Amino acid sequence: MPRPGFVLEVDRSTPPILFWRGEGFSLEKLPADRSRVIYPAEPLAGLDDVDGHIRNALLNPVDMEPLPALLKPDMKLTICFDDASLSLPKMRRPDTRQRIIEAVLDLAAAAGVDDIHLIAALGLHRRMHEYELRHVLGDRIFDAFHPRGMLYQHDAEDPDNLTVIGETDHGEVLEINKRVAESDLVVYANINQVAMDGGWKSITTGVASYRCLSFHHNPVTLQNTRSLMDRHKSDLHKSVWRLGKVLQDHGPKIFTVETTINTDAFPSPFDFLSKREWEWSAKDRALYLGTQKSLNRTPNRLARKIFHSIESPYATTSVQAGFTPSVHELTLEHVYAQHLVPVEGQTDILTMGIPFISPYNPEGIMNPILVMCMGLGYLFNMYRNKPLVREGGVVIMTHPTYREFNPVHHPSYIDFFDEVLADTTDPVVMSEKWEKKYAEDEWYRHLYRTGNAYHGVHPFYAWYWGAHGQQWAGKVIIVGGDPSTVRRLGFTPASTMDDALEIASDVVGRSPTISHLHVPGVLVADVT
Amino acid sequence: MANQYLRSAQRAAGRAERVVRSAAKPLRSYGFPYRAPNVPKGVEVPKEPSRLGADYDTEWARTPVARAARGLIAEGPLRLLVKGVANPDVVGLDRLHDLSRHDDPPPVIFAPNHHSHVDTALMIRSIPLCWRRDLVVAAAADYFFDKHWKAALSALSLNAIPIDREVTGRKSSDRFRDLVADGHSLLIYPEGGRSPDGWGQEFKGGAAYLAGRTGVAVVPVFIDGSGAIFGKGMKRPKPGRTKVVFGAPLRPADGENTRRFNARIEAAVTRLGDEALTDYWTATKRAAQGVSPKLTGPEYNGWRRQWELGEHRKLGAAGLRRRQQRRWPDLG
Repeated sequence: MPRPGFVLEVDRSTPPILFWRGEGFSLEKLPADRSRVIYPAEPLAGLDDVDGHIRNALLNPVDMEPLPALLKPDMKLTICFDDASLSLPKMRRPDTRQRIIEAVLDLAAAAGVDDIHLIAALGLHRRMHEYELRHVLGDRIFDAFHPRGMLYQHDAEDPDNLTVIGETDHGEVLEINKRVAESDLVVYANINQVAMDGGWKSITTGVASYRCLSFHHNPVTLQNTRSLMDRHKSDLHKSVWRLGKVLQDHGPKIFTVETTINTDAFPSPFDFLSKREWEWSAKDRALYLGTQKSLNRTPNRLARKIFHSIESPYATTSVQAGFTPSVHELTLEHVYAQHLVPVEGQTDILTMGIPFISPYNPEGIMNPILVMCMGLGYLFNMYRNKPLVREGGVVIMTHPTYREFNPVHHPSYIDFFDEVLADTTDPVVMSEKWEKKYAEDEWYRHLYRTGNAYHGVHPFYAWYWGAHGQQWAGKVIIVGGDPSTVRRLGFTPASTMDDALEIASDVVGRSPTISHLHVPGVLVADVT
Repeated sequence: MANQYLRSAQRAAGRAERVVRSAAKPLRSYGFPYRAPNVPKGVEVPKEPSRLGADYDTEWARTPVARAARGLIAEGPLRLLVKGVANPDVVGLDRLHDLSRHDDPPPVIFAPNHHSHVDTALMIRSIPLCWRRDLVVAAAADYFFDKHWKAALSALSLNAIPIDREVTGRKSSDRFRDLVADGHSLLIYPEGGRSPDGWGQEFKGGAAYLAGRTGVAVVPVFIDGSGAIFGKGMKRPKPGRTKVVFGAPLRPADGENTRRFNARIEAAVTRLGDEALTDYWTATKRAAQGVSPKLTGPEYNGWRRQWELGEHRKLGAAGLRRRQQRRWPDLG
């Protein structure tokens, strides 16, 4: 029976706590009697027969007819699936999306459906490399569909292949992929790693245009998204749900298949990262020391290669299919069962270790903008009800924050760092002054459409993702980061955790209370 | 001069004969029990029960020492042989993930088609290590266990156990059940033997029967290209490329009899065969419509059947070898 997550009150006997530092980690001693560490729950048990559960979900969907009843020989069937930003790190083969799509194709073959397209729902993310598509879909599907042009990736900048479905009562225009819009049935194959994913968000962002996304990917909406992990208190999700209603009323029939995975992210020899520090065996300690010392002497490039080659032994914990909103409610129950940890009250300081990966750098460099996005966007938002840190409190992150960018994946991030952040770090100002220029830049558009680059506007969206955290925190400190890079982000650099706590005392006094969000493991703090 | 040498040789031979005779004399003087007894006239000696064929006892081949020796054989000569002769492309192992992810994966029955002696070595090298360690190969009792040396070699190197080709007798069946209970997985060729003409044969019910009796899953497997490497009737192997396609595990449904389950296994291998030569989606559609090309080939006989086999092989791994041959002169 996996143990639930819990809050550890730090005393003098508490061992130092693990902090991620990009492609490395450190152990930090937190002040006794005023610090607490929030530990995630242990991974839930996975389903034994995943294929059987998928088939059962397709045959017994929620609030919809069984999939075989929806399949007709002369129909247009489109299967959309999440891109490489899920799961993180990538799951071991076979990927759940492959299992879902193979099950759907079996039924489609039995029904005699010939006109099938498979579309990677990228949104404004970068196009996946062939090896990533092969990993997500498996060689069988790739070899069968890609050479015939029946498997491709969504292009949010192709005017000939976008169509407007309708408009919400808030004036938001739903513009999506034309093939999806013209299909008789769309099946969406999803992986829900956190509560933010899934539901109408999958399809209304995954196959939408820049114009459509800009209605909810903006500073004002994201400042009022409290939090990303709580759909009912998120303006972003409210907007997406309005667009979903338009799609439901005027678009194609959508059959959603959602799955949840547990938190078993690290295989041996990195499995000690997921253990509680006082339960480390002699072998775990030796592994930690060996790995940490070696990583300190390893060039960044090699360390990244090692970490990005990790394939997680995630297990699927649930599969549900049918009508999108009904399916998503069930999915959220399973996600919260794994992630929710009850926590009482807020503290003055929130500390967090930033790992080597975020949703926007699979197989790539965690550049400074993504450090901000991961810290203030994702980890800060790992709460329900209210943030772990009080308003005006201090957020302390640990990450080397080197000034490195992947020019293939993140070309516009480089200019964003040099040009936009040199001018302002205020999301509202940058959205008014700079966003349009980057979004409509022909070169970025070309790289997005033909290469493997994120859309020109993407660094803005990554920055907006942290807008709520940025607004909430009185000060943000990065421990171990390159000082000039950290200052460019608008944050304060510190060499050690002790220095960071000393710097924080300017804002929160001499004896602040501290919460540490223990990563790895994913948790959502249910703060009361 | 030559006569002189000849005489010397004769003398030496005479001396040697004398020595041997004098040495053998005491032995000849000893009788039974130092020598075999004479059978009295009019007495018929009952024949000893055969210890070959289906009765060969292979228990010794599963002792720790024999397992270690087999491990060395599999990682050494067998690996080199398979790589050098068959160069396999193994696909579809992801379909076994739900079983192989366990620390102690449950035993299964692998049921491939059979075209060549290379198939067993190919399968041993292609099956994931978690099952390979405890893999038992069902080998034809009348072929691999008809002589002591062949039986011992098969048992040691392949962990083979004898099975009757035509019927799965109660004794064989009990033996397999006990092996599965001990955690051993089985490799059984449902066709019963190598293909006589390059096309497949109808599946016999052994694998389906054993799965029903033991409750383990059957993994259908299609091997492509091995017939062109060392098919029945070939005098020496002709190195080439092969493809091994693993399918999703099958279990007998509630109330499904052996005959129907066997038909399902055959259909699964047929679909994998189509997938190996075309692609996943084409094979899936044809299987759903019931028009997958049969493993047993066209209905007609004679030269047209052989002709079509050549065309068929061009599509697969064997054809790939030929297509990749360099025909152009190297002009620098």
